[in-house]
Amino acid sequence: MKFLGEPYDTDVIKVAKGKVVIIEERCKGCGYCIEFCPRSVLAFSKGFNKKGYHLPFAQKPDECVNCHYCEIICPEFAIFSEVHTITKL
Amino acid sequence: MAADIQASQSEIVHPLDHLIRTDRIPHIWCPGCGIGTVFSACLKAMISSRIDLEKTCMVSGIGCTGRAAGYLNLDSFHTTHGRAIPFATGLKLANPELNVIVFSGDGDLFAIGGNHFIHGARRNVDMTVICVNNFIYGMTGGQVGATTPVKAKTTTTPVGNPDAPFNLPLLAWASGANYVARWTMLHIRKLTACIEKALTRKGFSFIEVLAPCPTNYGRKNKENSLETLRLYRDKTIIKNNVDPSELDMDFEKGIILGEFVSRERPTCIENYDRTCRIP
Ligand SMILES: Cc1ncc(C[n+]2csc(CCOP(=O)(O)OP(=O)(O)O)c2C)c(N)n1
Ligand code: SF4
Ligand code: SF4
Ligand code: SF4
Repeated sequence: MKFLGEPYDTDVIKVAKGKVVIIEERCKGCGYCIEFCPRSVLAFSKGFNKKGYHLPFAQKPDECVNCHYCEIICPEFAIFSEVHTITKL
Repeated sequence: MAADIQASQSEIVHPLDHLIRTDRIPHIWCPGCGIGTVFSACLKAMISSRIDLEKTCMVSGIGCTGRAAGYLNLDSFHTTHGRAIPFATGLKLANPELNVIVFSGDGDLFAIGGNHFIHGARRNVDMTVICVNNFIYGMTGGQVGATTPVKAKTTTTPVGNPDAPFNLPLLAWASGANYVARWTMLHIRKLTACIEKALTRKGFSFIEVLAPCPTNYGRKNKENSLETLRLYRDKTIIKNNVDPSELDMDFEKGIILGEFVSRERPTCIENYDRTCRIP
């Protein structure tokens, strides 16, 4: 992460990193997870599932902070995030 | 299929899978329908509130929202149209140990079931009522209802609804509910926290949740589901404890969200015991 002036506690603050998991056959392609991810991790993929819905995919997987917002906004139980690694700032 | 997504799909378990009947998923709700999100927030709150899930049941009426009870992997009841609250009242009175959740639509709870709602709140029956308000009768094709905003187009009001909708929190407060809140399906963390609170409180708790029905309401009013959610973000104001009479549904003025009522009137069972079970 870039800083204008480096905070004194950058070596102690830890940033959660998440990994998003998508259950493809449940997704109905509403795009809520893509639109409302605070880190713009997700985007529509070119692929689609058996029912013909376009699926999200993690376009910028390293940006995911495991906030779970995609998970709680998804009306379909089709996406969730889990802890990946915890890195320093 | 995009190979960049995942490999072993069939092994993936969603964190809420133990509470849903996964054999019925994907559910029937349309793409972009908000009911699924509200249902998921309710499940999250049921877990985080640490209520005994073995003693928890959900009751729904009829409508798209009413299908929720059928997706819950606990004891749940899909009752007749408008009758979720009287059914739930019977459950609670027969077995006071139960945590009873009513999850239903605005048409079910406030049009055909409106009388049951006011009397459930008046008697302060110990239950949590979650109303998904999509402003319309979704399941039957989008007719005008008791919650449709003024001027909104529906199949039965093609030039716009001439009538004023109910202010649901005001109605709940005036009827006697112990706890009243309103959120939208975009304010999920606040919504989940309020459902959690409602589940552990005594008496009649009511939470109204605005959620899009893109298929019937959205299409008629030229609003796709993402636009509806942006409206929920841009046209709402969070103000706790305001006078419930200020909570009318007017997007031009701004919709007020928050927690509005939190009081301790004696519950239906307490009143009954005090009056009728003379030692
Ligand atoms: C006694 C009776 N009258 C009418 C109906 C038809 N009906 C089914 S669902 C519904 C309205 C549901 O609206 P709402 O509760 O807002 O749920 P939504 O579908 O919008 O989630 C109606 C009128 C019925 N099933 N039973
Ligand atoms: S967990 Fe948060 S940051 Fe990660 S993809 Fe989901 S919404 Fe975006
Ligand atoms: S919110 Fe859920 S259903 Fe909608 S696009 Fe994302 S994963 Fe698919
Ligand atoms: S008709 Fe409306 S309320 Fe019913 S599932 Fe579709 S979007 Fe949801």
